[in-house]
Amino acid sequence: METNMKILAIDSSGLVASAAILTEENLIAEYTVNYKKTHSQTLLPMIDEIVRMAEVDLKEIDAIALAEGPGSFTGLRIGSSTAKGLGLALGKPIIGVSTLKALAYNLFGTDSLICPMMDARRGQVYTGLYSFEEGKMVTLIDQTVISAEQMIETACRFEKPVIYLGDGVPVYRGLLEEKTTVPYTFAPAHVSKQRAGAVGALAFEYYKQGKVQTAAEHAPVYLRLSQAERELMEKQAAQPQAAEGAKN
Amino acid sequence: MEAAKNEKDVYILAIESSCDETAAAVVKNGREVLSNAISSQIALHTLYGGVVPEIASRKHIEKINQVIEEALQTAGMTLQEMDAIGVTYGPGLVGALLVGVAEAKAIAYAAGLPLVGVHHIEGHVSANYIEDRTWEPPFLCLIVSGGHTHLVLVKEYGSYEIIGRTHDDAAGESFDKVARAIGLGYPGGPKIDKLAKEGNKHAIAFPRAHIEGAPYDFSFSGVKSAVLNYVNSCEMKQEEINRADVAASFQEAVVDVLVSRTVAAAKEYGMKRVAMAGGVAANSALRAAMKEACEKAGLSLMYPSPIYCTDNAAMIGAAAYYEYKKGVRHGLDLNAVPNLMIGQR
Repeated sequence: METNMKILAIDSSGLVASAAILTEENLIAEYTVNYKKTHSQTLLPMIDEIVRMAEVDLKEIDAIALAEGPGSFTGLRIGSSTAKGLGLALGKPIIGVSTLKALAYNLFGTDSLICPMMDARRGQVYTGLYSFEEGKMVTLIDQTVISAEQMIETACRFEKPVIYLGDGVPVYRGLLEEKTTVPYTFAPAHVSKQRAGAVGALAFEYYKQGKVQTAAEHAPVYLRLSQAERELMEKQAAQPQAAEGAKN
Repeated sequence: MEAAKNEKDVYILAIESSCDETAAAVVKNGREVLSNAISSQIALHTLYGGVVPEIASRKHIEKINQVIEEALQTAGMTLQEMDAIGVTYGPGLVGALLVGVAEAKAIAYAAGLPLVGVHHIEGHVSANYIEDRTWEPPFLCLIVSGGHTHLVLVKEYGSYEIIGRTHDDAAGESFDKVARAIGLGYPGGPKIDKLAKEGNKHAIAFPRAHIEGAPYDFSFSGVKSAVLNYVNSCEMKQEEINRADVAASFQEAVVDVLVSRTVAAAKEYGMKRVAMAGGVAANSALRAAMKEACEKAGLSLMYPSPIYCTDNAAMIGAAAYYEYKKGVRHGLDLNAVPNLMIGQR
């Protein structure tokens, strides 16, 4: 890997819009906004702002790191199509990073378990369980979409202190306080939500492992089917013959 | 020097993702289509009996780069040779529009090219500029698609006055609903068109709605309901339905209204030239009836080839060119506007 390799990182998976430019050693610029304006209007101007502020020529960018999901479907697609457009025009690859892993990476090096939770509506959260062992992030429970209560139970079975973070925390705070049977804390404001800096830092790890996609190949990871697909599958499960017919 | 630059050819890379087609095209000087790449999702949405917005948005993301690359490749040009990026930013499905808009903005930004946002329906109108390179405003345009039914005066490039609109269903929407009712499935337009050729268009008298005080407006919910009622009453009486007759009679009712109002409006507004645009403009019965009526009334008629009637990006490139020439530029904060009005800037 070139020592001065530069990554442009983007996260628009939730309420936060965030963009960063970084090398492996340095976070050169990061712009994070957690304010209700549509990412469609804010994300590219934010990227432009840090590019100009850091006096970066876009051609110097070696790869685009992107929070690939899970998250808000529309938010993911705004980030994805922005990254794909940049990748197409610059001829650069995309490094997709799990939104949940990037959230957990905010708490690098902690001894506690890390449980990011993003509000997935319909009584569920996008969540997973992570820890750090000798400076490496370990996945204990892979990313999934389940009820907050189910995740709390699962996390508590490890009988270790846990840190909760993500935009699901304010939604389920009461439940977390009531049901968590191990010592727990809530991450403080500066690391409790998505940050493109963390997406970029993890992307350097992925880059070394060759986890790189072309801009054309990349697509968001939703973890959920669309409602129409779900309903169709339920209908087909109820009528196996109809399912056969639909496939043909 | 400046004059030489102004006369130079303008190449626009156009992107369209407002509904269920992911499309990109390279258009020269607003008239010459160098490529017209389209990835259709129709087969996928057929499973659901209509376009599912979330599925459409997901498919756009999966295909958009390939479609853009195909458009550049077919044109034999690179991004660096383009003069601007044109993109549909409304009206349409918001999630679908956002994919094209974010992609176009990022490409324009990274390639250092101006960005021109285009109204989807103004794109449909501009398909006529591709069909005939000498066709120019002013003219009267009947816009008929799955989402829109408008009679519009195109006064000059990019200047529109709406003189008639639908009060309820769009013409294409009524085709889809009737097609579903008689078991033809989605998409309804081409299926009804085909079946109607085998039927008698005078078999059943379906109503033609007139709107009091608005002679050029349309209403298609009445004719749709009449068809549904007819089908229901036949089923109640256990009578066999002649689907070809239903299709032909329904289509005749819609075509009759579209043609008579267009010709009347042309007379009223002193327009000698009439154009059609949108997916329903590909309907063979509408094309034939409009041709006959215009010939009788001494009007010249223009309509795009079927490939430029349905959603495509070439038409967006044509519309973007005239906006570009006028100096219209959009910023990095351009948003999708799902209910964008014709002529709105």
